[in-house]
Amino acid sequence: MGAVLEIRDLTIALPRGADRGNAVTGVNLTVDRGEIVCLVGESGSGKSVIAHAVMGLSPKELRATGGEILLEGEDILKASPARLRELRCVRMSMIFQEPMTALNPVMRCDAQIEEVLAMHTSLNAEERRARVRRIIEEVHLPDPERMMASYPHQLSGGQRQRIMIAIALIMEPVLLIADEPTTALDVTTQAQILKLIRELQQKHGTGVLFITHDFGVVAEIADRVAVLRLGALVETKTKTELLARPEHAYTQMLIASVPSIKPRHRGSDAAAPIVLKTEALAKIYSSGGFLARKREVHAAVDVSFTLRRGQTLGIVGESGSGKSTVARCIARLIDPTSGSVKLGNDEIATMSAGALRPLRRRVQIVFQDPYRSLNPRRTVGEAIIEGPLNYGISRSDALERARKLMETVRLDPSALNRYPHQFSGGQRQRICIARALAMEPELLIADEAVSALDVSVQAQVLDLLDEIRDRMNLAMLFITHDLRVAAQVCDHVAVMSKGRVVEYGTAADVFGAPQHAYTQALFAAAPGRDYAFGS
Amino acid sequence: MSTPAASATLAASLSTEDANIVARASVWSKLARHWGVRIGGAAMLLLTLIALAAPLLGTVDPTLFDPGSRDLLPGAQGEITTLEGESIKHEFMMGSDSFGRDIYSRVIYGTRVSLIVGLACALVSVFLGVLAGLSAGYLRWLDMPLMRVMDGIMAIPGILIAIALVALWKASLLSVIVAIAIPEIPRVTRLVRSLVLSIREEPYVEAAVSLGTSTFKIMFGHILPNTAAPLIVQGTYICASAILTEAILSFLGVGLPTDFPTWGNIMAEGRVQFQQFPHNVFFPGIFLAVTVLAVNVLGDGLRDVLDPKMAKKV
Repeated sequence: MGAVLEIRDLTIALPRGADRGNAVTGVNLTVDRGEIVCLVGESGSGKSVIAHAVMGLSPKELRATGGEILLEGEDILKASPARLRELRCVRMSMIFQEPMTALNPVMRCDAQIEEVLAMHTSLNAEERRARVRRIIEEVHLPDPERMMASYPHQLSGGQRQRIMIAIALIMEPVLLIADEPTTALDVTTQAQILKLIRELQQKHGTGVLFITHDFGVVAEIADRVAVLRLGALVETKTKTELLARPEHAYTQMLIASVPSIKPRHRGSDAAAPIVLKTEALAKIYSSGGFLARKREVHAAVDVSFTLRRGQTLGIVGESGSGKSTVARCIARLIDPTSGSVKLGNDEIATMSAGALRPLRRRVQIVFQDPYRSLNPRRTVGEAIIEGPLNYGISRSDALERARKLMETVRLDPSALNRYPHQFSGGQRQRICIARALAMEPELLIADEAVSALDVSVQAQVLDLLDEIRDRMNLAMLFITHDLRVAAQVCDHVAVMSKGRVVEYGTAADVFGAPQHAYTQALFAAAPGRDYAFGS
Repeated sequence: MSTPAASATLAASLSTEDANIVARASVWSKLARHWGVRIGGAAMLLLTLIALAAPLLGTVDPTLFDPGSRDLLPGAQGEITTLEGESIKHEFMMGSDSFGRDIYSRVIYGTRVSLIVGLACALVSVFLGVLAGLSAGYLRWLDMPLMRVMDGIMAIPGILIAIALVALWKASLLSVIVAIAIPEIPRVTRLVRSLVLSIREEPYVEAAVSLGTSTFKIMFGHILPNTAAPLIVQGTYICASAILTEAILSFLGVGLPTDFPTWGNIMAEGRVQFQQFPHNVFFPGIFLAVTVLAVNVLGDGLRDVLDPKMAKKV
């Protein structure tokens, strides 16, 4: 089979003042007809830069300085803007990470698909409509008539991504570039989209350049894998060979960092004192009322669990399952509608804000987004000592404690007077952990605390959380959508769906023999479950 | 995952994390390199120096007049009578008005009034607007009543409120400043409120709540500093518009008393004789235009540098 895409010795320079000279250095890569090549790398590795260069979509600052990109023998880097427009969608297409922003919100879906046909073919309106209908059926969208007449906001994330795929494939291009197409989707939707891309690619013999950071996805979809690190390829191999026998130290480290889906057994004291107990906790958002029709959203219903000192309880669920709502109710960042939250012997669900303030010390929370969790205008030191100062600890004692905590989270204590923007995402998350620990809490809530991090950094932060929980004898509430992460850190797991806990038990039970149909579906959808990562 | 591989790479990847830190030029050096900030800033600095050094720039008391030196053309020689009744020789660089007052001296001293009014109005309206906006944005129960009051103020043209307020009080520098500042408050309030509404949802504010930080400290310690950049920019626009409004009030005869040397007053008096002696209006007009332009150029420059939404993306 001939090569559809051939990237030869591609080098793309970064603007002056960046953290390295080249975004991409000397990359050689081919994609054959009917082949899926995964380009794997952590954030900042240059994988999206390559994808955009192939599509001729690079911004001015990121022009290729060397090499060539051959699409069926034609050099994209030398193509005129007019030629690129002819090639896009017809010979090569791209699907993006965020299906909401990639679709035009004020255009109906069928019009967006038809636009491609109107631009690149001489079909008449009736033929175009027939073609649109056919592709909508091909991407397995239910009720094609209704889908065609819908606007993007009326569709779910997975449906939108199917529309994107329909637009990309309607001209039957020889090359499809998929830039993290399932990263923004839930795991069950992700599995369906991956299956769809596989199916259509085989049917049409399309070559696919699939960009991802997730080795689970690689294991599901790739034929060959290229690993990118800081703009240079470190290893290119077939999937089975790479996953079984990674040669380069970086690849080995990446694969070792992927958490295993098999739960880790960890002895925990079943008689330890109870730190947190919720009973029939519920949060209902209501809008409207007075004149408008009243609408109620049951974000969390009847959530009951118990958490003992030294234990980790994982709350696992997809987006909209209510897991973060529960976390925020327990931290009293929002007020629960009904039910009870007992922190030790204190009932905090209905406590007034004033009465609650002295108790806030005991529950601390680490958020998902390390870039928004720290006030950009305050030094790291000020962030860490803020809590202790609020509880009457002297400045010098608080600073002393902050220095020790910086060592605990393995950061340089002399960096206390630096600002958050001077740290990377992983380092910022460590700072957030240090800030939470400065309060010496009994309960630490990690709300998707490692979801935004690269897999190698994620492994380090998880290690750190584990170590801290053991050393400080904390109870930890770990909110995540990632089954692999949950398997590694949790003693008990509560699976949430549509605001309810559908399954609750020890990690070994839930992961070993899931009972509820939803949990089973979740496990079946976990990408790369057939591979034993992290062992 | 305490796999040996992961732990072994810990130290190594910490140093790569360090390498990922993006080099950032400091805000001050970016400001110093921006041409709008340079030009606008230099012009404002020059005007401030003129205002401060007014007595040293060959001026006389701007209220002095001499019936013999009426309606002189720019550059003419003449005499002026001091308060002691002495006649002294004086060169009328910008001519004189129909009372025989030195326009140059009046324009230079007028700089003081304009700059004071501009700066004071900006400070007063930003200060009050920040208080109102922070309260409306963070304390939700205050939002409704406070914002309806602001809507009410916004419904009346600013210049009318200013005229009415000055008419209510005795015309003085203070009353003019307050009268001009009040109609500007709703816009600052709206700006701050919208910023607060988005900043209050940031995780770092929620983190502060769970650290037991008091509402007052969250409002002024966490939220306010993050509204600073757009506020400074808004402040410069208020300053420019206040300088203009003050000139309008004076020109209409409802601002500072006519013996006060303000650019608006000079132009109002020169208006009658504009056909014969255009310099009466021309010189204060030039100063007014240059000042307002300088403040706006400075404001645009500050916005380019400070407001991340407008900053160029790499």
